[in-house]
Amino acid sequence: MSSFTIWDIVRNLLLALRWTVALSLLSFLLGGTLGLVLLFMRNSRYRILRDIIRVYIEVFQGTPLLMQLFLVFFGIALFGTEVSAWLAAGVALTLWSASFLAEIWRGCVDAIPRGQWEASACLAMNRFQQMRYIVLPQALRVAIPPTVGFGVQIIKGTAVTSIIGFVELSKAGTIITNATFQPFIVFGLVGLMYFVLCWPLSKYSQFLERKFNVAHRH
Amino acid sequence: MSLIVIENVKKSYGNNAVLRGIDLEINAGEVIAIIGKSGSGKSTLLRCINGLETIDEGLISVGDVLLGRSERELRELRLRVGMIFQQFNLFPHLSVGRNVMISPIIVKGAKEQQAREIAQQNLTRVGLAEKFDSYPDQLSGGQQQRVAIARALSMQPKALLCDEITSALDPELVNEVLGVVRKLATEGMTLVMVTHEMRFAREVCDRVVFMHQGRVHEIGPPEEFFSKPKTPELQQFLGMVSV
Repeated sequence: MSSFTIWDIVRNLLLALRWTVALSLLSFLLGGTLGLVLLFMRNSRYRILRDIIRVYIEVFQGTPLLMQLFLVFFGIALFGTEVSAWLAAGVALTLWSASFLAEIWRGCVDAIPRGQWEASACLAMNRFQQMRYIVLPQALRVAIPPTVGFGVQIIKGTAVTSIIGFVELSKAGTIITNATFQPFIVFGLVGLMYFVLCWPLSKYSQFLERKFNVAHRH
Repeated sequence: MSLIVIENVKKSYGNNAVLRGIDLEINAGEVIAIIGKSGSGKSTLLRCINGLETIDEGLISVGDVLLGRSERELRELRLRVGMIFQQFNLFPHLSVGRNVMISPIIVKGAKEQQAREIAQQNLTRVGLAEKFDSYPDQLSGGQQQRVAIARALSMQPKALLCDEITSALDPELVNEVLGVVRKLATEGMTLVMVTHEMRFAREVCDRVVFMHQGRVHEIGPPEEFFSKPKTPELQQFLGMVSV
């Protein structure tokens, strides 16, 4: 039986780490875009639209990410189309993060005083213009810390996609363990890598929170 | 011909009837003060005129535009009526100049340069031309309220609604705002103001409206309104606020 050096393990884990980062970035960007669309719909004048989005958000927040992943992966396969693990992981994480980001941002929008809506309405702005020029720029300030914080949740969420065979950091850890029989070292390294990704983001989020609390102006 | 027509307007919040049938016609260039106890419906009436509150019954029109329910109809109306609030409601993330420029640019499609000129003119009108690049939180309450007036004026409204615009101000700042309003009145702007400044109402307004329990209880030119109030409710109210 061949033996593996620590460097062999680290090297292979780092290769898989790329996919964790890629999947996180993709989910964050697409999820953020979709979340923004949901946010607009959630604040629409039309009640039916608001209700649909509310249900969407409640469903995605009220079920485990793992379930959603299975449903996307096996659900689409039911219609006779094979879905790659990569696509299923991307879709599920995007839908999931959109529901959380939309709700986080809705809280930030609600934090803007009603007077801002009224004043902009009195200047004959339409709802989109009110959001775009008056409310969102102010909400953005409040939104950055929790949004960065949620980025950490996405990174950790990608670990779940190992279950459908997507080879990211956790899945690579399992595969390497099966070859090396050194689970403690391998998963110790896996954990360390997640930490190196997430910890700076958490710290940055806390830093932003303090910064915006202190200087609450332009 | 009347600029603002209010016909049999009724509004309730649940079982609480706030407006119980208001009829009022306001001519172009007229300055109207609305007074009354809190809860008499005076602010609600003002907010109904530009559609910030919906009405249950009745009609409101400003110029040739009827108050509707759709966003488009509301915006048509709001292009004709500006509003100034007790809490100023300036946009804190925009400079003073941008506060005044933003709506002409995004709503009316004005060019940057043109909007800048309009903003300069209106800030000069309220005596704050030099504050163009300041931010709202660097101004006093009185200055902020004057910027809010300039902002409303930059949309070239036919009438301005003023909702207790001096009530949130320190006493020494009230006069600078009232001075601006007085100037607008002499320039012929149509003004409808809910106010507690009785002396100002007496000096500047063409007619004063006393609201009581959701109705226009008494209305008239300030001289006889204040010196010979007809109804006991108004007599009592004026006795309380002591003019």
